[in-house]
Amino acid sequence: MAVAKEIRSKISSIKSTQKITRAMEMISAGKMRKAQDRMTLSRPYAIKIRQVISHLASAHPEYRHPYLNVRENKRAGFMIVTSDRGLCGGLNSNLLKTALVEMKALQQDDVELDLCLIGNKAEAFFKRYGGHIAAEANHLGDAPKVEDLIGIVKVMLDRYDAGTLDSLYIVYNEFVSTMNQKPRVLQLLPIIATKEPEMAHHWDYIYEPDAKELLTLLLKRYIESQVYQAVVENIACEQAARMVAMKNATENAGELISNLQLAYNKARQSAITQELAEIVAGAAAV
Amino acid sequence: MAMTMHVDIVSAEAQIFSGIAEHLIATGVLGELGIWPRHAPLVTLLKPGQIKIVKPGNEEEIFYIKGGILEVQPHIVTVLADTVMRATELDEAAALEAKERAEQILQKRAESGAARQADIDYAKAAAELAEAVAQLETIRKLRKKLKIKE
Repeated sequence: MAVAKEIRSKISSIKSTQKITRAMEMISAGKMRKAQDRMTLSRPYAIKIRQVISHLASAHPEYRHPYLNVRENKRAGFMIVTSDRGLCGGLNSNLLKTALVEMKALQQDDVELDLCLIGNKAEAFFKRYGGHIAAEANHLGDAPKVEDLIGIVKVMLDRYDAGTLDSLYIVYNEFVSTMNQKPRVLQLLPIIATKEPEMAHHWDYIYEPDAKELLTLLLKRYIESQVYQAVVENIACEQAARMVAMKNATENAGELISNLQLAYNKARQSAITQELAEIVAGAAAV
Repeated sequence: MAMTMHVDIVSAEAQIFSGIAEHLIATGVLGELGIWPRHAPLVTLLKPGQIKIVKPGNEEEIFYIKGGILEVQPHIVTVLADTVMRATELDEAAALEAKERAEQILQKRAESGAARQADIDYAKAAAELAEAVAQLETIRKLRKKLKIKE
């Protein structure tokens, strides 16, 4: 019966693992829904700011803000958004792979890189991998605040203002669907101008204080909101990926348990048969 | 019916208010503003303070915002609210913190690099030592053999 006992203890340990994975799956499902809500809530702000910016830009064509000017790309900034925790499938490694491909392509054109890391996983990776880290933020939690991101965004924008950075990219996971998350590289700076529909009649705002100051502030807020949106979207992706990973784990555990159960039954049956055979043989001998 | 306008208050994190209003009162950096429908287009910075929205039927709603930007078009008013107090010094402090964290990582990396180097050195030394011990051992054995022979 030694084999049967061993199998039984294995079954019970897998059962408790399955309980944990099932609980994690359900938690992730709830968190994912909340993260998705947050994603949609932050969208109007970005859209509105974009509208005002494009209006400002078209009303003052003579003034080109540095954030809108393309200059020679000698040093690029990469903001890399990862999760703080693991157990979410290939989410982070796919993202880091995409980031590295992009970074290597730039390095081949003799572009130097500055990194800005968001999340533990990016930190752990680049600690080993190397690269110049300019700023870092982690432990943002499930509901990050814009407040937590101001610092890192400012570091990168200051570098851009000072001319040590010529472009800024952000790498994060795009939430396509619950089953599908795609790593995405988005250019933050210089801001790529979008074609706005021609204004039917020309009018301009009254500015208080002046237009340049407002435009600078708006552009900064815009970048911040983009970074925030990326972080929130990445969290939704993290939870979705974890949910799927845990669902698979639960299913695998179930399969393992049923296989083990079969093995256990067989072992038990053969033990009984053997015992009976021994008794019968013993009785025959007497 | 009185004239109305659409008012949106949004922040980067949430939509705070969206609805119809008769007028609103906000605190701009250059002074208090009263916005009524068909106001001239205006963009202004807002100081931390109240925004009072008067809805049809004299219903009032008051929001407190920590600064932001007010955009006015004849029938649409948008408040892009900040969720946190923004001051240059505070932003500076946050940036410093982010930089420090990055430097910590770099330092740790240098340390772990040094540690790894030390590990490599140790492994090398250990290998050399083992080799030397082995050589000594053979020499000792040889001597023993020779002595026996002698």
